[in-house]
Amino acid sequence: MIHIKRLQEDGADIIALIGEIDASSSIELDLAIAKSVGEGFKKILIDCSALEYISSAGLGVFMSYIEEFKDRQIKMVLFGMSEKVANTFSILGLNELLQIGKDKVQAKQIVNEL
Amino acid sequence: MGHFVRTKAITRLLFSVGVITWLALVLTDLSIQVSSANNIKPEVPVWLPGIILNLFILALFYYYKLKIERDEVLNFVDLLWRVFATGLIATVTSLAIRLVEFLLNDTKLTTHIIFMDLIYLINLGLMIGFLMMAFSAWKRLILYQKSKWLLRLWAFFEYGLLITLAYNSFRIPIVEWLYGTLLGIFVVVGLVLSANMKWVAFLNFRQKWTSLLLLLLTVFYLLYIFYTNRALLEGIRNVSPYFTDYRYHIFVLSLIVFVTVYSIFSFLVILFNLPTTSVFEQKLEEVVNFQRISQSIQTEQSEESVYNILLETSVSSVFADAAWLEINSNAREQKLFTYKITDKESHDIINHLNSHNIKGVFDQGSEKTKNLSKHLASLRGSRFRSILAFPIYVKGDNIGTLALLKELPEGFNKEMTKIVSTFSNQAGISIENFRLMEEALQNERYKEELKIAKMVQKSLLPTLLEQDKDFEIAAFSESADEVGGDYYDTLRVDEDLISIIIADVSGKGTTAAFHMSQMKGIFHSLAQRDVDPDSFMIQANQALVYCLERGSFISATYFSINTKTKKIRYARAGHCPVLFFNAGKKHAEYFKDKGVALGMVRNKSYSNFIQAYDFEYKCGDVMVLYTDGITEAKDSKGEEFGYDRLLSTVCEVHSLSAKEIQDHMIKKLYEFSGTDNIDDDYTTMVVKFC
Repeated sequence: MIHIKRLQEDGADIIALIGEIDASSSIELDLAIAKSVGEGFKKILIDCSALEYISSAGLGVFMSYIEEFKDRQIKMVLFGMSEKVANTFSILGLNELLQIGKDKVQAKQIVNEL
Repeated sequence: MGHFVRTKAITRLLFSVGVITWLALVLTDLSIQVSSANNIKPEVPVWLPGIILNLFILALFYYYKLKIERDEVLNFVDLLWRVFATGLIATVTSLAIRLVEFLLNDTKLTTHIIFMDLIYLINLGLMIGFLMMAFSAWKRLILYQKSKWLLRLWAFFEYGLLITLAYNSFRIPIVEWLYGTLLGIFVVVGLVLSANMKWVAFLNFRQKWTSLLLLLLTVFYLLYIFYTNRALLEGIRNVSPYFTDYRYHIFVLSLIVFVTVYSIFSFLVILFNLPTTSVFEQKLEEVVNFQRISQSIQTEQSEESVYNILLETSVSSVFADAAWLEINSNAREQKLFTYKITDKESHDIINHLNSHNIKGVFDQGSEKTKNLSKHLASLRGSRFRSILAFPIYVKGDNIGTLALLKELPEGFNKEMTKIVSTFSNQAGISIENFRLMEEALQNERYKEELKIAKMVQKSLLPTLLEQDKDFEIAAFSESADEVGGDYYDTLRVDEDLISIIIADVSGKGTTAAFHMSQMKGIFHSLAQRDVDPDSFMIQANQALVYCLERGSFISATYFSINTKTKKIRYARAGHCPVLFFNAGKKHAEYFKDKGVALGMVRNKSYSNFIQAYDFEYKCGDVMVLYTDGITEAKDSKGEEFGYDRLLSTVCEVHSLSAKEIQDHMIKKLYEFSGTDNIDDDYTTMVVKFC
């Protein structure tokens, strides 16, 4: 079960993920990101501080946007991951492909630098 | 069949009895007349004709009972037609006799008592036949949609009348008050029964006109026959005292009153019902339409046919000039079903209403049916002046809108709104049923697919693993109900070189099994020759880019074991880190080095994200490969098995054989999760060096 909240700060869309992302809830994640893109946001921050678990399907969602974002010059930064979730990302090597910040402040820095 | 034949035989018998009794009546009555005319005492008792008349009545009574009441095929108009036809025959016969009488005018015969009596008896027989026929027919009409109370009253009327036959037959001394009371009771009961006219409502407009004509003629015949009999009776009474007089016959008199009154009542009721016939017909149509839409639940093959039925029935129920049905199959796509309106016209109206910011109709959040006619007035060039819109719900979701249009202003009333709202509710239920059915089918298909996927997955895993004097390998794989895509395999490249792979395909079901088979193909073709693990991954990634769909990837670790140099070279592409137990140091660790999963980077730059590493092995070392199903296995509290627990479990039993280490691991895992129903795939591969 996942609960997704969105709020806008300094021209960036912050998508907060609360709960667990498995195969079925990964669709909601996909929809949330697609909606943000559809609304024309160029800076997307993913707040993972309340994300307890993410399955490979959820990771696949992030992965699937990498190329598209590069082409459209959309910047996405994830932040606030717990050690366990961060480990899931790093095992797959996604930490090398995605921008991951420690907290929101750092994430905003990264998104503005890019 | 036997029953039918018997009934027919009895009907014929009763008819013969009727004819015979009438002839007997004529003979006896005439003989009495002859005697009395000659002033001699009659040879035949004077009460006999009365009894014979009653027998004649009884025979006719049962004859018509069988002929009319049992005939299921007769409809209302048929019944009226039969009565009319009987009346016609009686009247024409009577008129023919009059003609003969007229031709014989001024002869002595016409004034002779015998001749007069004969004519009277013929007319009496005709009248009674006509009355009995009408009586049976009216009975059927009255008892249409009967109640218990009505049935009892009718039984009292019918059997009461039959009993008066006995009263009349035996000439129980006529007490004036009893006679009057009995007649009064039957007339009143007949009047009460005549109030039952439910059948009239079921006639359509055409049938009503036919019935009016038939009833009018029937009443005319009745009056003619009564008048004729009355006149003949008067004529005889002046000449002879002994003759069969029906005027004191309660049965005949009651019947005359009842049949006449009911005929006139029916005529008037139908006449006054004429203007409202269209309303009744409409109601009937609604019932039929409702039935159609209800039946569509069971019989229709697609949602589309339900939509079409809904459109048709709604239009015909409220006499709409045009209609459309807008269905939102998904968030963006809309489907339009139209009736006597072009797509463009309906879109014009929808856009007009939308642009005027009229909430509620095509706004899918609308909960109520709305009459939006006033908003239509501002749309130029549209022929429609009234519009009514209904939302259609399936499981509480609004799936579409039904709009009905009329060219008349104020064309819809409250009743129509109710009817169509009922239709749209029913249609919603039909569609819901379909979807449930479809879902169940889909589920069934999915299960079947899973079975196949599971079989494929099992067959892709090797039954035999490479063994060597330097090491032994044990492998285990157990999949959850939902098939995952865990894969492992071994291949001997040459005498000193063995390749091992473990992989986990993201996703589940048939697609996972499909990707797994691709991985197997890639492994078996690339590992044929001595290939560096990182270049294995780069080539595998390149091959997989074309077949992995968006969001899918494969994590894998590829090992190349050289038994000559005692070195292992490997590359980890996003797979779970290798657990290695160093027997010399009595120490276990995870090799957490870099490497991105296959399919994540879909261009040549992948080579930047993968790297090969080396390590040496000695006798007693243990290498444990596994998939994330193992580390992510949860206990009842939701805690994961985790890396630490896996590591300590292996340390406990590192001195045992590969198979024993693995068995211990699996045992611990099942103990931890506390259930045999695993929700992910458990796959391990244990390599023990010696």
